[in-house]
Amino acid sequence: MSFEPKIISFLCNWCSYAGADLAGTSRVKYAPNVRVVRVMCSGRVDPMFVVKAFQSGADGVLICGCHPGDCHYSEGNHKAARRIPLLKRMLAQLGIEDERVRLEWVSASEGDRFASIVNEMTEQIKGLGPFSPNGGG
Amino acid sequence: MAKLKLALYWAAGCGGCDVAVLDINEKIVDVAEIADIVLWPIALDFKYHHIEAMEDKAIDVCLFNGAVRNSEQERMARLLRAKSKVLVAFGSCACFGGIPALGNFTDRAEIFQRAYVEAPSNDNRDGTLPQIQTKVKEGELELPEFFDTVLTLAQVVDVEYFMPGCPPPTDLILKVVDALATGQLPPPGAVIASDKTLCDECERAKEEKKISKIYRPHEIIPDPQRCLLEQGIICCGPATRGGCGLRCIKTNMPCRGCFGPPMGVLDQGAKLVSAIASIYQTNSEEEVARMVEEIVDPAGTFYRFGLAASMLRRKRMQGVTHEEDHH
Ligand code: SF4
Ligand code: SF4
Ligand code: SF4
Ligand code: FES
Repeated sequence: MSFEPKIISFLCNWCSYAGADLAGTSRVKYAPNVRVVRVMCSGRVDPMFVVKAFQSGADGVLICGCHPGDCHYSEGNHKAARRIPLLKRMLAQLGIEDERVRLEWVSASEGDRFASIVNEMTEQIKGLGPFSPNGGG
Repeated sequence: MAKLKLALYWAAGCGGCDVAVLDINEKIVDVAEIADIVLWPIALDFKYHHIEAMEDKAIDVCLFNGAVRNSEQERMARLLRAKSKVLVAFGSCACFGGIPALGNFTDRAEIFQRAYVEAPSNDNRDGTLPQIQTKVKEGELELPEFFDTVLTLAQVVDVEYFMPGCPPPTDLILKVVDALATGQLPPPGAVIASDKTLCDECERAKEEKKISKIYRPHEIIPDPQRCLLEQGIICCGPATRGGCGLRCIKTNMPCRGCFGPPMGVLDQGAKLVSAIASIYQTNSEEEVARMVEEIVDPAGTFYRFGLAASMLRRKRMQGVTHEEDHH
């Protein structure tokens, strides 16, 4: 059986969730590999959520927020843009490849863009294979 | 009152925790007054079979320091668990893996390769590596199995109390001695330290936290009055439990996180990522990238004492599934 990655996506309520919704209502085809968690803002995504997703068996984590300047809470996406790069560098040291964590800006009108990000990420992670945490013990 | 039976044991540690017990100085006499020491490898000669011969729960309190990184330590952890009424994870290694758990960034094969083959001080032309069993002409020799993954004590057996610190400070040790003497022990599962974060206890002046450059401790002489993190030095205070008496901060050095995560924080490293990155004073991608690079070893810094107890516990081992993986 071919490997189907599980990708947890955190989508901000105001732009990206609406963008993903648009992809759905306009019947854009995209890989069924994402499980969506709606958050109020990309700035709400605690790095702990990402680590927890991997611990719980995710193969990848996608975080989407409003484009810079468009955040409903003005600063939240900038916060995410400061945290996620440091988180990724730390996770790389724990054996989590760069492609498994992705931060993207998706507006409410970018249904197509959301679909192509999901498709691309799914393909990349298929290439990497499953992530199985091996905590020992 | 009958004297308490006290055991002190060391596993994967440095010996510093045993020295910390000796550091209570004349108070050790108080300990001798309330307790008979039945096992203490660093100071007294007892054999394991003395412990094995004891009845279950014959030891009142066992202070266990060090992490569990091989099969002998695992066996002793189980034995002492069975023989002790109260088992205390003593020190950061026993509580969270501590410094030995930095070995979880690598594995047995890599460690053996480095230690026995590549290390420049070695002369090991045959590439001999430690084996669990080795036949020699006199018979068979046995060594403990070295695990891929360093474990905390609580990952091996149930633990009543946790005493963090590398090593635990004298006043906390005395607090426990007092509690034992008076029989007033906290509820099981308690961490013998503060419930607040170190930052909550720190008296340095905190202004608006914003930084635009990270310094390593040797690169600047920090202002002793101001928050170290605000001066660009990585201080683990925001994601570390208080209770140490601000040992490092008072010497103008940043906290390295030895008291482990505070209550409610499941992952010290992830918490430090958010605490540090959130105060970067920039919205530019390039500037963020530069500051991310300025932290030389983020995972080693943020999980310096806590990798074994963290959510992911170790660097992922390629080609090993969860079921197969073992220490
Ligand atoms: S906690 Fe620190 S002092 Fe104690 S054994 Fe571990 S490294 Fe040594
Ligand atoms: S970051 Fe360090 S120096 Fe600053 S308040 Fe917290 S413990 Fe004190
Ligand atoms: S300041 Fe931090 S590293 Fe230093 S003793 Fe206290 S908890 Fe440990
Ligand atoms: S509300 Fe969309 S990123 Fe903040």
